[in-house]
Amino acid sequence: MSTMQNKVQANQVSWSPPVIGAGHDFESVNAGIGDIVLQQRHPDGWWVGFGIGFLLLNVLMMAVTWLFMNGTGIWGVNNPVGWAFAIINFVWWIGIGHAGTLISAILLLLNQDWRTSINRFAEAMTIFAVMCAGMFPVIHTGRPWLAFWLFPYPNSMELWPNFRSPLVWDVFAVSTYATVSILFWFVGLVPDFAMFRDRASSKAMQKIYGVLALGWRGSTLHWDRYETAYLLLAGLSTPLVVSVHSVVSFDFAISLIPGWHATIFPPYFVAGAVYAGFAMVLTIAIPLRVAYDMKDFITDRHLDLMARVMLATGLFVGYGYATEAFMSWYSANSFESFMMTNRMGGPSGWAYWLLILCNGLAIQPLWLKSVRSSAVALFIVSMFVNVGMWLERYVIVVTSLQHDYMPSAWGMYYPTVWDIMTFVGTIGLFVTLIFLFIRFLPVISMFEMRTLVPESELKEGGHH
Amino acid sequence: MHAPTHTIHGVMAEFVTPDEFVAALRKIRAAGYTKFDGYSPFPIHEASQAAGLPQNPVALMVLIGGILGGLGGFALATWVSMVGYPVNIGGRPLFSWPAFIPPVFETTVLLASLTAVFGMLAINGLPLLYHPVWNVPAFARASQDRFFVCIEAIDPKFDASSVKTFLAGLGSASVSEVDS
Repeated sequence: MSTMQNKVQANQVSWSPPVIGAGHDFESVNAGIGDIVLQQRHPDGWWVGFGIGFLLLNVLMMAVTWLFMNGTGIWGVNNPVGWAFAIINFVWWIGIGHAGTLISAILLLLNQDWRTSINRFAEAMTIFAVMCAGMFPVIHTGRPWLAFWLFPYPNSMELWPNFRSPLVWDVFAVSTYATVSILFWFVGLVPDFAMFRDRASSKAMQKIYGVLALGWRGSTLHWDRYETAYLLLAGLSTPLVVSVHSVVSFDFAISLIPGWHATIFPPYFVAGAVYAGFAMVLTIAIPLRVAYDMKDFITDRHLDLMARVMLATGLFVGYGYATEAFMSWYSANSFESFMMTNRMGGPSGWAYWLLILCNGLAIQPLWLKSVRSSAVALFIVSMFVNVGMWLERYVIVVTSLQHDYMPSAWGMYYPTVWDIMTFVGTIGLFVTLIFLFIRFLPVISMFEMRTLVPESELKEGGHH
Repeated sequence: MHAPTHTIHGVMAEFVTPDEFVAALRKIRAAGYTKFDGYSPFPIHEASQAAGLPQNPVALMVLIGGILGGLGGFALATWVSMVGYPVNIGGRPLFSWPAFIPPVFETTVLLASLTAVFGMLAINGLPLLYHPVWNVPAFARASQDRFFVCIEAIDPKFDASSVKTFLAGLGSASVSEVDS
């Protein structure tokens, strides 16, 4: 046991910089993270970011109002392309959410202490992304005020959902995922709310955070049960996140459309989700740590590790593309092989090659240490991945539906301004929520950061 | 209030380092006290051991929650497909249980997670708007950077003055009575 610990410590010295800057103690963690909210120390740039988000949020409100007044006919959806933007955006957003759960749950189970400074906002990102995602299937139903029909409940029509349909599985998967993500996030916030309650100087803050803290007082008895519950939630979230994107992929894979009906879909979708999510975490973390002077908490080592995960999952995704191409030939099925030629050289071929550029080529520089240690370069690569993963869903949803079996039933899809406004609008919702989160909640888990500072180490029995 | 010892909630001592805190819990337990609790700004496994906490029931509760969620979800899917709204799809059996696995998995996770969170809060007696420990002004640091122990007045061995002397002898930074 001790040799293993020595080995771990030797490793930390030899190749990995620490996960927290030197010279930190309890108070510097409290002040560096908590006082941003308690003393409202926000740069003026906060208003710029929030303003842009809020402006785009209003675009969403307009697009959705017009949609509710006129129905889905204002979108470019048609026969045969009935899914289009609504489902592309749904899959894109929910995929982004998955990195948050991966960071908070899987890395917790694997004892990766570098997760501590990024898990809080990664979880926030998950929740906001799931909110954006969940909206699309609901508004795509055309009568969103009847969305509760999706759930099984006794009703006067004596109708029940079909449990053999992947779309019903999706309702269960996404609603469970949203619920568990919110619980996980909130439970993690409770001890930090208690710290806000105890440290706040204004009465209003003491009251609001006091209520949110639920009366948490850091009792040893409570911590013991809390830690068990938190660990079990992580253990439950881990298979959950895999199941959610697998179920999302079943929406496609269980149908008979060429390009959708493939057994590789579940793992390929899960890898793509983690890939897209890590890109979004980097997109948020890189400007955040500069704006709030948090380079001691979100260190260069964090960026490096996230870049490695992005590279690995990006290669999984690239393998998925290669398998799709190989199977379309190896299956000797004329519809499958036509699907691939259509995807590469058909009317939407530009999207396929742009996708290969963004998801396949743009990440290759991440092999180089110099690229992984440059925040600017990582930000640019993560932007390529954000775009690339959206294009992947566009290619899968649209090109497959445009030209499936009977040429007489083929069609084309062109988005309308309302499609674009709705999509851009959800980015506005996401950005608005992220900026509100930064303003009013601790962006890094303070109670977990305290366990990383040297002050918390027990001399007699190793680490806390 | 029946007895004079019950007019206070207990006696609290403040510690600066986690080492002193864990050592204090160990000594309090060794001295034969049974009604006491530690307070720290982050979880400390050694503190749970030092305080002699029994195995907590959270894991068992979550297991039961998960089993109920799984059985409930499976019962729902089966009843809906066979009785509530039976649909013959290509002559396939109504009891098509493999297709129920994805939603049943989700209901299992859902109920287990709800049990983990609300069960943990319930056995901790949370949410709670008032607790006597907050009457000690220094206790505001229990969520920030200080460690506290409190021996409660309901302890059969409790005697305010002797407890104060005892806690002061453990290297505490301050000792104070906690008003109830």
